[in-house]
Amino acid sequence: MVEALNLGHHQAMASDDRVLLMGEDVAKTGGVFRVTAGLLDRFGEERVIDTPLAEAGIIGSAIGMSLYGLLPIAEIQFDAFVYPAFEQIVVHAARYAWRTKGQVPASIVIRIPYGGGVRAPEMHSDCPEALFAHVPGLKVVSPAGPADARDMLLAAILDPDPVIFMEPKRIYRAVREEVPQEPPLDIANGNGAGGEILSRARIARPGDDLAIITYGPTVPMSIEAADQLSRERGIEARVLDLRSLYPLDVAAITGSATACGRALVVHEAPRMAGIGAEVSSLIHERVMLDLEAPVMRVTGFEVPFPQFANEDDYLPSVDRIVAGAARVLDW
Amino acid sequence: MNELLRFIGDGDAIPDKPVPDGLDGKDLLEIYRWLVVLRTFDERAVALQRQGRLGTYALYWGEEATQSGPMYACRDTDWVFPTYRQSSIGALRGVSPATVLAWWRGYGGTHGFYNAREHRVAPICVPIATHLPHAVGLAYAAKLRRDPIAALAWFGEGASSEGDFHEAMNFASVWKVPAVFFCVNNQWAISTPFSKQTATATIVAKAAAYNMPATLVDGFDPIACWKATKDALERARGGGGPTLIEASCYRIGAHGTADDPKLYRDDADAARWRALEPVGRTAGYLTRLGVLDDTKRSAIAEEAKRLIADAVAEMESMDMPGREVLFDYVYARGRPDSFAEGLDELAAVRRPPEVQPLRPQAPPSTGDADAPKGLK
Repeated sequence: MVEALNLGHHQAMASDDRVLLMGEDVAKTGGVFRVTAGLLDRFGEERVIDTPLAEAGIIGSAIGMSLYGLLPIAEIQFDAFVYPAFEQIVVHAARYAWRTKGQVPASIVIRIPYGGGVRAPEMHSDCPEALFAHVPGLKVVSPAGPADARDMLLAAILDPDPVIFMEPKRIYRAVREEVPQEPPLDIANGNGAGGEILSRARIARPGDDLAIITYGPTVPMSIEAADQLSRERGIEARVLDLRSLYPLDVAAITGSATACGRALVVHEAPRMAGIGAEVSSLIHERVMLDLEAPVMRVTGFEVPFPQFANEDDYLPSVDRIVAGAARVLDW
Repeated sequence: MNELLRFIGDGDAIPDKPVPDGLDGKDLLEIYRWLVVLRTFDERAVALQRQGRLGTYALYWGEEATQSGPMYACRDTDWVFPTYRQSSIGALRGVSPATVLAWWRGYGGTHGFYNAREHRVAPICVPIATHLPHAVGLAYAAKLRRDPIAALAWFGEGASSEGDFHEAMNFASVWKVPAVFFCVNNQWAISTPFSKQTATATIVAKAAAYNMPATLVDGFDPIACWKATKDALERARGGGGPTLIEASCYRIGAHGTADDPKLYRDDADAARWRALEPVGRTAGYLTRLGVLDDTKRSAIAEEAKRLIADAVAEMESMDMPGREVLFDYVYARGRPDSFAEGLDELAAVRRPPEVQPLRPQAPPSTGDADAPKGLK
């Protein structure tokens, strides 16, 4: 996924000189995860900026650049470092379109590597996506694989609204797939299926007995769990990769729940008021009579993300997803 | 130590200085006219609030020089970033004063907001100091584009305590962008005095930490505010980087219409400062220079009155925004499904009669139909 995201940055910056990258250590080192490697040499230090170490300043100045017509990509180095920028994101980025009669949206992409599973130091593994999904005016997305990562990044850059682009750290180097060189949208002319690419869920594994609804870091393990359920119980679970956390693809969610009659939501973030709560609520409100069992959740616990020695106890796993599936299947 | 830049005396102990280069009689009258327009807006807005025709309003009585002078130093291509205490400043650039009044009336959407790019006036910033990084980013973009423009942002001395102020100052210096930070030091952040806000003697003292030039000016003197801003903008546009300006003045009025300064300060202090307020003091200076006389003075006052009366009439002729205004413009592209559902939900119920902007009003006076619509 790192190479795919890197390709996306190169393609966007080459085809539109309004696109600019800024963040801590993104230029000279190419980012702590090397997502932005090679951009400085190709596009120069005016468009690939190693900023001072200040997240509110990064997002605030990105908003100002957007006001002047640029399309900044701002990298937040790690999930739990985004909080100083929270006010800029909530008060300004999310409301710029609203406060300018729709004429001047904050057209910025905020990339945030997030989640656990990489044995990172304390405060380097948070899942803050629900905080952003709760804020009107933002779009929140999370790819689960390389091709999607590249395509969604380009779509996010083309989207006029501010997009919180959550990159699952554990997938950065864990999932490999071929990424077609040619992107599925016309970057140079700023159009194409950008909105669709950004807002639609995707069936990552077919199946009609149980819908496992998830996104980002827990998509691969949900597929693994579905394969295990198939082997052990002859159950074919569909894995629905949400991709967009705001807005949610409601039709895909309710369609999957109806097709399967049973649904389980999986995410790393704490359960309370998480994405899973919204997904479960939507299903119960709309298609309850199609259900054979209530929607269940397998999530992180309502505790701070632990020190990494215990992160496997905290994180959803194949075993926990299989056990969660059993609660829905055997209800 | 920064010396206080001042041109306008008080006709008594403080001596007048000659008009600085770059201003002729026409300019001086225009700066004065802007002071009067701003003052008229402010006094009218307070009256409207007292009558229940606007919501809570943040007045700026006495701070007009910190707006008129810097605005007059700008070119039309420069960007300005006001806070709620410069709410009507966009009117000096073509933003409709009726829009600003509608914003204070609680209207959103097309009534109360404006397109920031149309007049290069950023949306009015409500949180403290958070617009300063925007000015820096915009200045960076202009520099990247090689456009010879600058960004000018206002803030108060209280804002200098916020992290966003420091981050903006630091980014601006490191990037050497064409930005001008204009601090209106009115000594009070609601009830918190300057002495409890910072341990430095001035705000300009902070510029040293960012290796940034700084100027201290008399905030009641529009010529001094003009001169400092003009020099800073020219340096910025020429690639010389950012400047911090501190306009030293005093918040003669309350923080807002809901504030009662008697709770925390002595009225006598404000009364003393009132003698230095900029409208009367500037009029005195221009009169001593022979630029202004009683006839011109009353013509300017009359014109400002008409202008604001028209704005009030326009504001009051606006229909109460419909329910759809809740959902308009949240996104520039794509409406989440929940928006249509929300409208459907509202359509199924009667709009509660208490949903009204404020209490019902008598018909407004319409003013003179021939009065100019823009202020400039």
